[in-house]
Amino acid sequence: MSGVFTKSMARNVFYGGSVFFFLLFLGLTFDTVRALPKRDMRHNITPLVAEGKKIWETRNCIGCHTLLGEGAYFAPELGNVVARYGEEGVKAFITSRPADGIPGRRSMPQFNLTERELEAITAFLKHVGTIDTAKWPPNIQG
Amino acid sequence: MQYSSQAVAKPYFVAAIGLFVGQIIFGLIMGLQYVIGDFLFPAIPFNVARMVHTNLLIVWLLFGFMGAAYYLVPEESETELWSPKLAIVLFWVFLAAGVLTVIGYLAVPYATLAKLTGNDLLETMGREFLEQPLPTKLGIVVVALAFLFNITMTVLKGRKTVISSVLLLGLWGLAIFFLFAFYNPVNVVLDKMFWWYVVHLWVEGVWELILGAMLAFVLIKITGVDREVIEKWLYVIITLTLVTGLLGTGHHYFWIGTPEYWQWIGSVFSALEPIPFFALTVFAFNMVNRRRREHPNKAATLWALGTGVMSFLGAGVWGFLHTLAPVNYYTHGSQITAAHGHMAFYGAYVMVNLTMISYAMPLLRGRQANSEKSQVLEMWSFWLMTVSMVFITLFLTAAGILQIWLQRIASDPQPFMVVQDQVALFYWMREWSGVIFLAGLLAYLASFFVGGKPAEARAS
Repeated sequence: MSGVFTKSMARNVFYGGSVFFFLLFLGLTFDTVRALPKRDMRHNITPLVAEGKKIWETRNCIGCHTLLGEGAYFAPELGNVVARYGEEGVKAFITSRPADGIPGRRSMPQFNLTERELEAITAFLKHVGTIDTAKWPPNIQG
Repeated sequence: MQYSSQAVAKPYFVAAIGLFVGQIIFGLIMGLQYVIGDFLFPAIPFNVARMVHTNLLIVWLLFGFMGAAYYLVPEESETELWSPKLAIVLFWVFLAAGVLTVIGYLAVPYATLAKLTGNDLLETMGREFLEQPLPTKLGIVVVALAFLFNITMTVLKGRKTVISSVLLLGLWGLAIFFLFAFYNPVNVVLDKMFWWYVVHLWVEGVWELILGAMLAFVLIKITGVDREVIEKWLYVIITLTLVTGLLGTGHHYFWIGTPEYWQWIGSVFSALEPIPFFALTVFAFNMVNRRRREHPNKAATLWALGTGVMSFLGAGVWGFLHTLAPVNYYTHGSQITAAHGHMAFYGAYVMVNLTMISYAMPLLRGRQANSEKSQVLEMWSFWLMTVSMVFITLFLTAAGILQIWLQRIASDPQPFMVVQDQVALFYWMREWSGVIFLAGLLAYLASFFVGGKPAEARAS
């Protein structure tokens, strides 16, 4: 921090560098958005999948589980849960949760989902399982 | 305190500390739920406790930032706040919004809360950290804009300094990037991608500008080092922050459906993210070593130095630990992430707020520094909270390494819950560390009530 490198030089480097890297980030974002249709399986997003995403959000599933590794670390990864247990397995698990929990164990709430809502959340999780995630998670346990 | 309108900062600091206590209580509840799974079930399920824990954190840090802005901007601008009244009104609006939101989380099932608060009009709820109902989110925008207007008008009518410009830039960025909270496309990849525009560009972007400005302000005050020197450092640090942090967002784009080139960009740039934190540490120690006065507030100096060290360890070192794509392939979404999150938030944003509060609160209460006795207790709380947070991080890291090994690497990978049972010992130790943290926090609270003769500056 000698006298050669002045404050106004530091300021110019800050504004120049920040603007440059912000624009670069925007450019990469733009490129990514253009590349996504090949990876995110958007052609499979049916109204049922969309409904399922809303169930996922309004039950705050992310407050315990991870989805593609993001969320809370209290309960298992669900991005590949349909591959792990099958559609019927997922539905059976959700419907069979005891309302008062399991003594001493981490317990998932009983959400009393309707048949339609069960179909929807399962369709959503199945869809997420088809996204090209660069081979993550490492194995079926998530 | 040089300007009477700086006094509006006080309720902000008090509210921040109060919500901090709530955050820690819910943290302890969650920690216990990790080992006694049905603790408080079904009254407070884990996901509800977690929402309260993380949302209280965000809200109290924002209270701290706003209080800091109200305190330092008049002094930097050498003028009274544009409207102290507006600041007080906004305080009550924000506090009411925060408290009502938490009550909403606790009182009714989340799906009911969503229905009651108009989530069907615009679906924004149910995403990590952005769980707030629509009216709360809109309230945050209104409060943020009115706050920014107040602060910006103050800066415009007074002296313009580097510290106040950097702070303003950070605060405007905070408000602008929050707008992505309203974008929730049905395509989950797009959803996740732009969700990070709020979360990453906050904590590894514009919040660091706020942090830098707050720390620079306190360092000028307590060390008496020439403003020119400190402001030059500030520019260098925030340059490093944004140059590494913006493209560092890429470390969140490894496995969520985004193209694989992000594995290179994210790895390279986020590997550089510790550098600004290292610079912050060197900066803090350098300025304190070159001090031109012996400020009687030793506690504030300790917090300032602690912010440098702990943000470097938590955000820098623990971030780097799992940021390279080949490593992150195994650590992604494990307890390693939790370990990093805890120490980074504490080291950077909790500590910088406590630095500011430690410096400003005595002045707001009419003395340059608290009594020696009060400061000794505050310094005890510093060490109790900081050391227990180091242990929380270490235990979560140990749990994470075991989890990754048993669940993802071993030749016979085991299911998530089977693995969780096997690492329970470390969750117990984490919980006990959390109890020590609470003890430290109680000591911190108590330090505000220890009287005695205010400490005075010694001649250096």
